[in-house]
Amino acid sequence: MLTTFRTWALDDTPTSRRQAAWGRRYRIWLALRRNPLAMIGLAIVIFFGGLAILAPLLAPWDPAAQDLAHRLARPSAAHWLGTDELGRDILSRILYGGRVTLGMVISIVIVVAPVGLVVGCVAGYFGGWIDTVLMRVTDVFLSFPRLILALALVAALHPGVQSAIVAIALTAWPPYARIARAETLTVRSSDFIAACRLAGASPRRVVFRHIMPLCVPSVIVRVTLDMSSIIITAASLGFLGMGAQPPSPEWGAMLAIAKRFMLQEWWVALSPAMAILLVSLAFNFLGDGLRDVLDPKQN
Amino acid sequence: MIRRLKSLGSQFGSVLATLFGLSVVTFMIGRVMPVDPVIAAVGDNASQEVVAKARAAMGLDEPLIVQYWHYLTQVLHGDFGQSVLTHNEVASDIAHYFPATMELATYALIIATVIGVPLGIWAAVRQDSLTDQIIRVICLAGHSVPVFVLALLALIIFYAGLGIAPGPGRQGIIYQDMITPVTGFLTIDCLYAGDWDAFRDAVAHLVLPVSILSYFSLAYITRMTRAFMLDALRGEFIVAARAKGLSARKVVLNHAFPTIAVQLLTVLALTYAGLLEGAVVTETVFAWPGLGLYLTKALMNGDMNPVVGCTLLIGLIYVALNLLADILYRVFDPRVS
Repeated sequence: MLTTFRTWALDDTPTSRRQAAWGRRYRIWLALRRNPLAMIGLAIVIFFGGLAILAPLLAPWDPAAQDLAHRLARPSAAHWLGTDELGRDILSRILYGGRVTLGMVISIVIVVAPVGLVVGCVAGYFGGWIDTVLMRVTDVFLSFPRLILALALVAALHPGVQSAIVAIALTAWPPYARIARAETLTVRSSDFIAACRLAGASPRRVVFRHIMPLCVPSVIVRVTLDMSSIIITAASLGFLGMGAQPPSPEWGAMLAIAKRFMLQEWWVALSPAMAILLVSLAFNFLGDGLRDVLDPKQN
Repeated sequence: MIRRLKSLGSQFGSVLATLFGLSVVTFMIGRVMPVDPVIAAVGDNASQEVVAKARAAMGLDEPLIVQYWHYLTQVLHGDFGQSVLTHNEVASDIAHYFPATMELATYALIIATVIGVPLGIWAAVRQDSLTDQIIRVICLAGHSVPVFVLALLALIIFYAGLGIAPGPGRQGIIYQDMITPVTGFLTIDCLYAGDWDAFRDAVAHLVLPVSILSYFSLAYITRMTRAFMLDALRGEFIVAARAKGLSARKVVLNHAFPTIAVQLLTVLALTYAGLLEGAVVTETVFAWPGLGLYLTKALMNGDMNPVVGCTLLIGLIYVALNLLADILYRVFDPRVS
């Protein structure tokens, strides 16, 4: 099965568009597989993703169940990672917290990547005043540090997960627009685009069917590299009390509370800290590997 | 010449446009509040009449565009309004807190540069070796660790565990308010006052937050230096220098490095801007009395004038540093026309 897929995908003379596309994907995968750091990153991402999805099955305790008799307990057989200030099981909270974090990250990326893609492609393809206006707007949002703008926006809306998503999304799209625009500029005047236009394709068709797909790989790389920064921003918001609110088991919010007793009960702080660290490190490893594979400038 | 003027003009225009956008965004943030500022000022129990009067007094009954105009003229006069909570002028509050942040960011940048640039050059010269891989992992880790996680870990280890670092804050209690601020940089003020004990205390308090902040930017500086250096080492003039029999050290330091120096300067300018962001989180962990602590306190209380003031100021610094980076590029790099 795998070998037939392999020969089919690596065929030098693909007979269909689908075969060519899969061949390209498979070659990327082969190149990525040679990068040990990227593979470690991928493994951790899949691991944490699996933990988050399966949290209800895996968590030994209810993440909200309080047990004040056993508050701030050291790691033990019953509570692998110990308990927090209300006697809640930290392992279960970390598992459920992964759902909050990954949920936030996914919703942000789903909003941000397409918006950045469309803005960048439209600006790059049409040029002129459209380009100027769109890029000025992009510049304005780029001229704020991401966390500061997100903080101010969340404060203006209302602290919570939804506002954090909106705020981070508003601060995260400009780099994608920049990248998509740069990519568009390099292909805009190529012959195949001219051929499309001569064949009577409308500007919309040219942008959406012919230019945008070419911008997707670099945007994907950027998204992967951005993941860790989005996770960190989300956790920082939670830590500063502006993101997910307690009792939500979001990792940053957990840390904010654990900070109070970290000098004696350090394990309460250690687990969420390690979770944030591992996941964002994993995304960075993966993104770095992907860039090496996908970025044509490197080869 | 005309082309040059034209490009300068368009750059000036783009900066103006960005500043305009900045003011609009901060204005909007200030207007969309969770708490009605009028109610916050007069209290829940005020009568309709009082509320209406206060609303008019605050200029909030006028159309949005007029309000924006008021906001803009105020800001241009350096007036960011008052804090609802303390009734202090936001502008003087910022003037009071900002030097502490600057001190943190400046020392962090200096240390990050001194370590990061050689590290990046080293990684580039030894491309793909074990050294390069280790440096790469160190840098990626720097990108991945949230500042507050590192800060908490550092406090646990060095303050609570080993007891060799002083606790949070900028000064020990006995030195509090002993030094008259001149520059706002505590270390310099101590030296100016000739108080060596206070100076040692200030430096000791700086060590942890500065190390953490500098690691954060070191990752970026090292990475960029490596990329620039790799690019420079591919140049034909490097092959020529090597062919002439120059030592590897001379090739790298005297021939390759000068070509990337300008690019590095622009990176440093941008890093400094990024440090301000890191400082906000670091300050909350270390209880460092700077802009970040001021900002987060205001955020907690929904006190929007300080929030808007700080956001605007940091945005302005960002724009200014970007502009500076651009100008440096144009002035010092003959390859940019």
